[in-house]
Amino acid sequence: MPDKSIKDTRIELFGNIMDNPVIPASGTFGFGYEFNDWYDVSILGSIALKGTTLEARYGNPLPRIAECPAGMINAIGLQNPGAEAVRDVELKKLKKVYPKKVIANVGGHSFDEYVKTAAILDSADNVFCIELNVSCPNVKGGGMAFGLDAGILEELTAAVKSAVTKPVVVKLSPNVTDITVTAKAAERGGADGLSLINTLVGMRLDLKTARPIISVKRGGYSGPGVFPVALNAVYNVREAVSVPIIGMGGVTCAENVIEMMYAGACAVMVGTQNLIDPFACKKIIEDLTKVMEKLGIDRLSDIIGRAHNA
Amino acid sequence: MKKATLTVISNTALTRDVFEMRLAGAERPLPGSFLEIGLDGFFLKRPFGAAGYKGGILTVYYRVVGAGTEAMSALTEGSELEALTSLGNGFSAEGVTRPLIVSGGLGIAPLKYLADCFAEKGIRPVFVAGFKSASEVILKEELEKICTLAVATDDGSTGFYGNAVEYLKRNPVSFDRYFACGPEPMLKGMQRFSGNGQLSLEARMGCGFGACMGCSIKTVSGFKRVCKEGPVFDAGEVIFDAR
Ligand SMILES: Cc1cc2nc3c(=O)[nH]c(=O)nc-3n(C[C@H](O)[C@H](O)[C@H](O)COP(=O)(O)OP(=O)(O)OC[C@H]3O[C@@H](n4cnc5c(N)ncnc54)[C@H](O)[C@@H]3O)c2cc1C
Ligand SMILES: Cc1cc2nc3c(=O)[nH]c(=O)nc-3n(C[C@H](O)[C@H](O)[C@H](O)COP(=O)(O)O)c2cc1C
Ligand code: FES
Repeated sequence: MPDKSIKDTRIELFGNIMDNPVIPASGTFGFGYEFNDWYDVSILGSIALKGTTLEARYGNPLPRIAECPAGMINAIGLQNPGAEAVRDVELKKLKKVYPKKVIANVGGHSFDEYVKTAAILDSADNVFCIELNVSCPNVKGGGMAFGLDAGILEELTAAVKSAVTKPVVVKLSPNVTDITVTAKAAERGGADGLSLINTLVGMRLDLKTARPIISVKRGGYSGPGVFPVALNAVYNVREAVSVPIIGMGGVTCAENVIEMMYAGACAVMVGTQNLIDPFACKKIIEDLTKVMEKLGIDRLSDIIGRAHNA
Repeated sequence: MKKATLTVISNTALTRDVFEMRLAGAERPLPGSFLEIGLDGFFLKRPFGAAGYKGGILTVYYRVVGAGTEAMSALTEGSELEALTSLGNGFSAEGVTRPLIVSGGLGIAPLKYLADCFAEKGIRPVFVAGFKSASEVILKEELEKICTLAVATDDGSTGFYGNAVEYLKRNPVSFDRYFACGPEPMLKGMQRFSGNGQLSLEARMGCGFGACMGCSIKTVSGFKRVCKEGPVFDAGEVIFDAR
């Protein structure tokens, strides 16, 4: 008889066994190693790196941040040091404090840039899969278009797939009429997995000047306010495709992780909450076994998609 | 960088809209560093410069400018606040014997603490403090004890008629490094005035500790985060117009 008091939080993703399903989401955790000043990051299931482009980018002018009642809007504009610096400098620094495998997040403005960036990050030994940011709403004429048009998305996925050796996860934008359409397109293009959701396009205005707070007017809304939207998206996509799903959007606690997994996610990313509480992922991981105990769950991998046969 | 629960010891109005808040529970901060204060009902924490530290009590000076600072002004003694303390890099004052300190408006807050730290070392800085008008002047008596203080007002209602940078142009001061904090036009003015100093910058922040890239500026040595590599930068390195 297995010992029922020992809770098994492990999950498997593309052959990589993770200690738990909790992954800090791209753009909210830098390149990971700086969080080691807050806590030992090696407890994390994996880490998704900041969105990376071929060349270094400064991103958008300030202000890039606007507060919302249950979240925030960001328009960072993919600030990053460029693919080679990420592979040769940032990933090396991360490896010193984080011995496990990580997820590289790739952005771009052309098929060519996506393909080249993905290929560079594919060659890093501590990267186990490539997440394609096809939905970043911040970059003018860029990310948005790729993720919104099913035909282009399918082609882009196929182009990146043919250039890399590691599994490709396509990160879907929620700014579409029916997310299952783009989900199926990515799957047709050869995606090994899907992650969702990226941020929702949003805006805030300054009461005194009537001008947008964000320098480029609008940005991506994220945080606890988007959780129900994200959960619904994961649920719907689970019914539409058969590849593994990484769920995210507004996750703040272990209970949210369980809900995401019930809806069909096999791993869960935590984004904005890391900015509000640097210990967010640590706390979620610590609470996970307690919540499993309360709900009578022995093995976390058993609950993936449970909502669909409940 | 520390996560801490701070207790409000006092919260008093100094002018119509500027308050002094004293908080227990923080470790000793570096002068120039800041803290992020969490407020019930607000998603993001608010950044404020560490403006003093004595007997385990941290002081903050803040102006009511929006809903968050409005809520702060209503906090009573004993209220508990979730905060992130000792964020960012402070002023580098090592080897400085003839400091010049220049403030505009509430930029005086972190510089008051810097002046305290010089006083502890037996150094008496020259402090030029700019305000909009006489009714906005704060900390005059405190600073006169430890600094050679000059007050400047935009409307000339007290002290020098003009801003702090204009004061310096009219009244040359000998110094080996200056330290400035205030509105951006004033900091630009200080940068043009001399490269031999440090500027403390502000930016809207998502996290306050380097994770989101929400506060990055351009410098001559690449992108830097106001919350992590800053808020204090060498005057010569900041590229203002790129923002
Ligand atoms: C490093 C640093 C140190 C600071 N030190 C002081 C200080 O010692 N005393 C003081 O009075 N003020 C200081 N400020 C400015 C202070 O953070 C803002 O006045 C305050 O956040 C306004 O909050 P609010 O809710 O009243 O305004 P709202 O306009 O309602 O706030 C909405 C959002 O915008 C942000 N925001 C608005 N104005 C600013 C601003 N000027 N800078 C950064 N974020 C802003 C808020 O934090 C919040 O996220 C500092 C800012 C920074 C970045
Ligand atoms: C400041 C910030 C920066 C982000 N940067 C990226 C990025 O570079 N690439 C990406 O794919 N998603 C990025 N995202 C989106 C998040 O990874 C995540 O999909 C989204 O925020 C929803 O999750 P959350 O509500 O838990 O934050 C960013 C989000 C935030 C808040
Ligand atoms: S506020 Fe997040 S990096 Fe500076």
